[in-house]
Amino acid sequence: METLSFEFPAGQPPKGRALVGCVGSGDLEVLLEPGTPGTLNIQVQTSVNGAQLRWQHLFERIFQEHTPPALNIDIHDFGATPGVVRLRLEQGFEEIGHD
Amino acid sequence: MTDLLNKHSFVELGARQRARALLDSGTFRELIDPFQRVMSPWLSRQGVVPQADDGVVIAKGSIAGLPVVIAAIEGNFQGGSLGEVGGAKIAGALELAAEDNRKGIETRAVLLLETGGVRLQEANLGLAAIADIHAAIVDLRQYQPVIGVVAGSVGCFGGMSIAAGLCSYLVVTREARLGLNGPQVIEQEAGLEEYDSRDRPFIWSLTGGEQRFNSGLADRYVADDVAQIQQTVTALLQQGVPAQPRSRQAEYYLARLNALDATPQIEPATVRALYQGERS
Repeated sequence: METLSFEFPAGQPPKGRALVGCVGSGDLEVLLEPGTPGTLNIQVQTSVNGAQLRWQHLFERIFQEHTPPALNIDIHDFGATPGVVRLRLEQGFEEIGHD
Repeated sequence: MTDLLNKHSFVELGARQRARALLDSGTFRELIDPFQRVMSPWLSRQGVVPQADDGVVIAKGSIAGLPVVIAAIEGNFQGGSLGEVGGAKIAGALELAAEDNRKGIETRAVLLLETGGVRLQEANLGLAAIADIHAAIVDLRQYQPVIGVVAGSVGCFGGMSIAAGLCSYLVVTREARLGLNGPQVIEQEAGLEEYDSRDRPFIWSLTGGEQRFNSGLADRYVADDVAQIQQTVTALLQQGVPAQPRSRQAEYYLARLNALDATPQIEPATVRALYQGERS
């Protein structure tokens, strides 16, 4: 198990917060909460060791398309593939927009 | 086919969605929600990734206008196992419901049980929490019904199967399983010849929801359908406490067990005939 930290430039914080997913096999839990303007902080606790670079690349790919809102994101990962991680993040971004 | 399309599976819902589905619309209020991050302090230091709600959702709200607290276990996180935090959340919710009743607030409880029992990584702390849950169910059920629902697909095992047995009413689906020991544990102890844990029809014929209902160890047998489970739970809540909880009928069950001829191999039908008695 490893704990990793990432920081990315971001826009304004949203009003709402959201929780998506579950720490089940091949899945992950994502908690999204409003952060400080301009910064996106991500903490990842993952069952898979040595994957820091893979997370870094995945986040870069997602955030280069759209500037993300300013959030503190906590991820509890139980061996999710990059595709599942991306889907869960997009689901989370959509849900914070709803409340 | 249309029947299939009109049904909404309860089994496929997560713990939080299940609690939401049972409560009156707009009344769901979570206690110790995941953003408070009351997590297991034991999993990380054993190299296991924790979950923000420790796999247990506690929600207050109402069902058909009646005040209810729901404890829903997330079967996908660590097999729904109960550790110190998740166990304390359930025990605390039940204890507060009993306190409510002593103060004149008629809070009932619904337990959505999807659990392999104690979380082995938390050993005695989980066991102690489960004992607290047992005591809290027995306390609360003298005032109000405590309804257990085992929907599947994990089932309900270990110390939590005792919790299921202590409930005022128990609701099961065909997907449900209920047993003190899980199939793999029994296979390991009794041997493959005696009990093949991979033989699914065999496992369900002994511990499945249908068998448990037909043996009188569960009170309602329902389809995996949100509306049907919601209606069944509502009706049981309105029915109030039973004349005598099943766990107070030890003499009846002991007499039945004493009458059993254990020489021939016991079949599922033997169990049904043995336990059913005068039950219609």
